[in-house]
Amino acid sequence: MTWEVVVGLEVHAELSTRSKIFCGCTTAFGGEPNSQVCPVCSGMPGSLPRLNSAVVEYAARLGIALNCEIANECVFDRKNYFYPDLPKAYQISQLYAPICSGGFLEIEVGEASKKIGIREIHMEEDAGKLIHNSQSGETFMDFNRCGVPLLEIVSLPDIRSGAEAAAYLERLREILLYLDICDCKMQEGSLRADVNLSVRRCGSSEFGVRTEMKNLNSIKAVSRAIEHESVRQIALLDRGGTVTQQTRRWDDTKGESYAMRSKENAQDYRYFPEPDLPNSALGESWLARILENMPELAHEKRERYAGEFGISAYEAKVLTGDRNIAGLFEELASLCGNPKEAARLISGELMRLMNASSILPEELNIDASKLAKLVVLVTEGKISRDAYKETIEAVFTQNVDPGAYIAQKGLLMQSDDDAVMESVLAAINDNPEAVADYFLGKEKALTFLMGKVMKKLGKSANPIAVKKSMEDRLQCIGGKK
Amino acid sequence: MHDMSALELSAAIMAKKIGVIEAVDAYIDRIEASDSRLNAFLCVEKDKARAKASQIQARLDAGERLSPLAGVPVAIKDNISVEDMQCTCASNMLGGYTPVFNATAVERLERAGMIVIGKLNMDEFAMGGSSETGVFGAVKNPWDTSRVAGGSSGGSAAAVASGEIPLALGSDTGGSIRQPCAFCGVTGIKPTYGAVSRYGLVAYASSLDQIGPIGNNIDDCAAMLSIISGRDDMDSTCVLESPFDFGQEACPQRLDGIKIGLPRNYFDAGIAEDVKSAVMAAARELEEAGAVVEEFEMPLMDYMIPAYYIIACAEASSNLSRYDGLKYGYRSPNADTLQGVYRMSRSEGFGLEVKRRIMLGSFVLSSGYYDAYYKKALQVRSLIKDAYSSLFGRFDMILSPVAPGTAYKIGENAGDPLKMYMGDIYTVSVNLAGLPAAALPCGFGAKGMPIGFQLVGSAFSEGKLVSAARVYQNRTEFNKARPGGEAL
Repeated sequence: MTWEVVVGLEVHAELSTRSKIFCGCTTAFGGEPNSQVCPVCSGMPGSLPRLNSAVVEYAARLGIALNCEIANECVFDRKNYFYPDLPKAYQISQLYAPICSGGFLEIEVGEASKKIGIREIHMEEDAGKLIHNSQSGETFMDFNRCGVPLLEIVSLPDIRSGAEAAAYLERLREILLYLDICDCKMQEGSLRADVNLSVRRCGSSEFGVRTEMKNLNSIKAVSRAIEHESVRQIALLDRGGTVTQQTRRWDDTKGESYAMRSKENAQDYRYFPEPDLPNSALGESWLARILENMPELAHEKRERYAGEFGISAYEAKVLTGDRNIAGLFEELASLCGNPKEAARLISGELMRLMNASSILPEELNIDASKLAKLVVLVTEGKISRDAYKETIEAVFTQNVDPGAYIAQKGLLMQSDDDAVMESVLAAINDNPEAVADYFLGKEKALTFLMGKVMKKLGKSANPIAVKKSMEDRLQCIGGKK
Repeated sequence: MHDMSALELSAAIMAKKIGVIEAVDAYIDRIEASDSRLNAFLCVEKDKARAKASQIQARLDAGERLSPLAGVPVAIKDNISVEDMQCTCASNMLGGYTPVFNATAVERLERAGMIVIGKLNMDEFAMGGSSETGVFGAVKNPWDTSRVAGGSSGGSAAAVASGEIPLALGSDTGGSIRQPCAFCGVTGIKPTYGAVSRYGLVAYASSLDQIGPIGNNIDDCAAMLSIISGRDDMDSTCVLESPFDFGQEACPQRLDGIKIGLPRNYFDAGIAEDVKSAVMAAARELEEAGAVVEEFEMPLMDYMIPAYYIIACAEASSNLSRYDGLKYGYRSPNADTLQGVYRMSRSEGFGLEVKRRIMLGSFVLSSGYYDAYYKKALQVRSLIKDAYSSLFGRFDMILSPVAPGTAYKIGENAGDPLKMYMGDIYTVSVNLAGLPAAALPCGFGAKGMPIGFQLVGSAFSEGKLVSAARVYQNRTEFNKARPGGEAL
């Protein structure tokens, strides 16, 4: 009997707006407990929320990137439940009219591409953090994260495997980073995924009973948890058992999940429209302005790089792996006028240097104009490939001025000047046997003669120019014979 | 000094006839002398008030012109945040809680040079119409201390009526400013929803609550309302672009051309005869001043109380969830688990009426009941709004009673919540529709207790209401009568 795995993902993305969703407190990560709170986000009696318009813009940007319909009104609801990390005992969220609905995200699975439906994206506020002291048995509340804006991105149950889930999350992460709305640090919790999973017999159109899995703090954990949970459910059903609708917690260290609560204990959140925030209209001109300012996304860049510049799929992927790298590439390509060479430099030499020094792509800070100068020099044959690499490394590690560095190290090649000609003539005159061998068709003779020239001229000799000059000279001699 | 209006007091202070500290001391003396009888004040902050008073005096001496109410003492209902003063909402639940911020309305009063001298008693979390449900005991009516002061802003109305304070802030969710004004014979305004910032008002029902002034006459109230009204970045529902400017009319006497609607069915059943005749007399007075008074049938009357209680309790059940025993206020000493802290703190910390409303509200929001109750109530609310807006196509304002009777005996209705709720019949629809209303004294009933009427206007028509109220008060003496035979 074969089973099909059906997965839907609920992803929470913490937005990187400077201030919180309903007050002016900073959203910075890692502050002293309760140092980033005010009467509003700590829910003091009489305080009221006021909407940070940047959050709505960020949500709309993501909605556009995920091909969603954007609502023409901003409407919030209250989700009521008691928990110590929620100081108002309700979360301001969107139930009845989410800001974005009905979109899709295209992922690549092997060679094929697949559209994963997006049911909705809604805005809400994050809760605080509880810090347990296991020795004293005390629990402390840190409200710094209360009111940090979140987007919840809810997919349709279109995902069929851990690999597809990983591809979905990778692509979503890439989009969030390109839109510059979330820093996507799963370890810090700024991107979190919950997995809804059920299995059904292949060919069936009915859904099975699903479980929800929480506490997945890496993409790898998501795909492992999916594989593990589908095996668990299938084994259960194969034995003639039934799946219980429940919430499970994934333990990544142990590689297994355990039940947290079942449906019977499900809470009634008593949602109702948030009376403190009037519905606000999102005008067409507002949306038009956001559309106008939409950045080019990674997959769009990849298509353009391949089409416009003829760059390979591999290089395009490396270049767009991070927004910072893509930006560097585009600047470099336009400064040096040679996109292919620029792509080669970044995806080759620069990546190697970054790996070697453990610099992350988003951290790379290098002067594109310095690199552009080097690309021009190497393509015009003014410096050798070796000198090119050496100077790139010097720019990368010490931010040297490439012109000064080349001059100081004597790396500029002598190509067409008298020095080359003089050395060529000297080599020919000094080695008549080799010249004779050359005319007898011995290839090694040319190498030998060139070696003499290179030795005399040193590193600055341009081998291409030396070879050309030598061949011209020898041809003149041959012509006379 | 106690026979001056607030505006007159400020003028005397500006003219250096009275010092600010002198005024503050005089009112504090008055409170100390009479409040043990009335129980209107929950706290009096003498030292803070005197310190503020000397600051204001210094600024006035330096030539600063703060406002027409500069130097006047004011007291604040205890559900409105004043930085560094208790804010109990007359509940055990908020025992020991001290706000770290000022409500916007308080901030504006202080900026205008008014001196906050204390906090006023009320029904617990503003839930009630008699100021009996608070944990600190009932507020007594200055006209007859065996009777209630009305509620929930009973402390505010009683303090003004007894001359303990010239002006007070109250809040009105379903009649909580107007009804105690009527019961105590003072003047109050429930502003249009969105005219005054709710920031710092401890929420009972967010879509209905408004802060408003209670005073001895409409001019004092209007002066205070113009100070506290107007847009506030801290409250997104506060939309009035700029503060009200009610101008300075010198003793207007006429209301020519003004059309006033009189809801015939408000006077049919359930209303006391003395209230009915006093309110009718007020209508005749305005007619004599030139207004055209016309009767009409108020629609949806049977639905007003149910819709109000469903919506108000639903919002309250959510608003009051934050009092969980963890962060501030009361925590049960008997609990040893998290669930226990929640359940026991809330069971022990809240009073009966508050718990009744939280349970009612939680019920109507529960899945399976939401559509039948909450959603239906919202539909009724929008019908009521529509009804009012078509009425304001015909009338400039509507004149009606505030309450079906005069102040009853303390404890008389305490065991009968439905009877209490029915007492709100003339006031709640005004909140459901978000409209402004002014409550004005218009006589005395069979038992010698004050009677009030209200003028209800279209949204943001406070200017019209204030003008009509000025005419009425210029032509009558009811607002000048004071308990104990003292004339103000």
